[in-house]
Amino acid sequence: MYSQGLTDAKGQAEPEELMAEFQAKIDREEKIEPRDWMPEAYRKTLIRQMSQHAHSEIVGQLPEGNWITRAPTLKRKMILLAKVQDEAGHGLYIYSATETLGVTRDQLTDELLTGKAKYSSIFNYPTPSWADIGAIGWLVDGAAIMNQVPLCRASYGPYARSMIRICKEESFHQRQGYEIMTVLARGSQAQKDMAQRALNRFWWPALMMFGPSDKDSTHSAQSMQWKIKRFTNDDLRQKFIDATVPQAEHLGLTVPDPDLQWNETTGHYDHGEIDWHEFMQVIKGNGPCNKERMQARINAHEAGAWVREAAQVFQQNQAKSNSEAA
Amino acid sequence: MQKDLSQYTLRLADSALTMGQRLAEWCGHGPYLEEDVALTNVSLDLIGHAHMFYQMAGAMQEPAVTADDLAFLRDAHEYRNPLITELPRGDFAYTTLKQYFIDVFNLYLYQAMATSTHEELAAVAKKAGMEVKYHLARSEAWCERLSLSTDEAKARIQQALDDLWFYTPELFETDAAMQRLTAAGVAPDYATIQQQWQQRVEPFMALCGLTLPQAGWVATGGLQGEHTEHLGFMLAEMQFLPRAYPGCEW
Repeated sequence: MYSQGLTDAKGQAEPEELMAEFQAKIDREEKIEPRDWMPEAYRKTLIRQMSQHAHSEIVGQLPEGNWITRAPTLKRKMILLAKVQDEAGHGLYIYSATETLGVTRDQLTDELLTGKAKYSSIFNYPTPSWADIGAIGWLVDGAAIMNQVPLCRASYGPYARSMIRICKEESFHQRQGYEIMTVLARGSQAQKDMAQRALNRFWWPALMMFGPSDKDSTHSAQSMQWKIKRFTNDDLRQKFIDATVPQAEHLGLTVPDPDLQWNETTGHYDHGEIDWHEFMQVIKGNGPCNKERMQARINAHEAGAWVREAAQVFQQNQAKSNSEAA
Repeated sequence: MQKDLSQYTLRLADSALTMGQRLAEWCGHGPYLEEDVALTNVSLDLIGHAHMFYQMAGAMQEPAVTADDLAFLRDAHEYRNPLITELPRGDFAYTTLKQYFIDVFNLYLYQAMATSTHEELAAVAKKAGMEVKYHLARSEAWCERLSLSTDEAKARIQQALDDLWFYTPELFETDAAMQRLTAAGVAPDYATIQQQWQQRVEPFMALCGLTLPQAGWVATGGLQGEHTEHLGFMLAEMQFLPRAYPGCEW
């Protein structure tokens, strides 16, 4: 039974007929739209996942924004500005798509700033060198694409549609990141070293972006059934590794995993064990930059409070004078 | 003529780059997500303008240099921007008002430059002028919004006006090279731009209920390479990589 263990917002069991119809619709690959009936748990899962995604785009502006004022050429500065601006735009679309599920952006922002909602742990790692900007584009956006391309077919219509545009932009971001790495890898010894250090820094955190191993993933089975998710964490991670290792080789860089090797039998790369303790620590707030990232968002929000208030008061005054004139 | 134009395009490029660089500091820190996007968008346009003017300036030098050489390998005393564009970003009111002053200036500057006898300059001015219209629509709307809303917002924008007003006359300063270019129909007439600017800005400040300050230090020096203390820090940050790793490609 699809409804097994699922309850609605008031704690009542979801009606089995509606549940069956809902699942049948998903199985027919039809989209669920905002006005359609949906089980409360589906709504909640989507709000959690989509808002985490939107928050990640917003917090993700910070590690890259860190290098806009120091980008080494005017062209790089313009590309990076455009890219970080795209990320903010992605945040906007996904917040808007999430609002169709009955929450407001203010509520979601509040959850982010109070630490109630999560964002991708990758953005809690620092970007001390210019090569990290290349590594983020190449690896982090590369991993994001692996995760997000299947989301273009997610069962929830507004989410799937926002993902189509986002994926197009992410694929451009990934290429520009790889291009930064290519130039560095062909450059001076100091530049090659810079590129290698960035790969060392971001390789493992990028693998962690796919989430816990399938055996430990709590949300996977239900999300697969609802076609919010199409592939398991481990499958996507393997796909990413298989695609990325040859790219690193092409750059002449070394992937920082001594256990990494091609397996003829499986047709995939075998890789070393991921440090899940580190992953859990970063998720709990104990990564290198968790506090800084959150503080930066809180500061921006608080410093902007008077601006938002002014805009609201101005709009009210305008409405009042318009209605008086009418 | 070539030398005059090379110097003049540097003034234009340095002004756009320093403005764009300051605005970029807002990325990820704006008061709204929408404003974050808008501020970086304007920054991106301005750096694009700088890039075009640097390319012109670099091609006219003997031997020719690249746009990046000019942006990243000149020291503060070689920069030719007016002081207002290098001032720190300040709060949102300060950023907004500074942007408004520059947007009005750029609007009339590029409008006039679009009819320059120098084809390339006219072409760049046409492209930049299109973008500046949007910048101005945005900064003007925000000036009004901040001025005619809460006491706090009004106090902040009035403070910004007190701090910035006497940096604006420098926008219209010219030197002998610029005057020769104006006489030849290459550069616009800055006295006309100043009149247009005043006719637009002063009534608008009154409409916003803001009071122009009566006295203060009137900024000058950018055209001679005399700058505030802020420019050195801006360049130290911006030029770090090409300076630390000379001769590298990026």
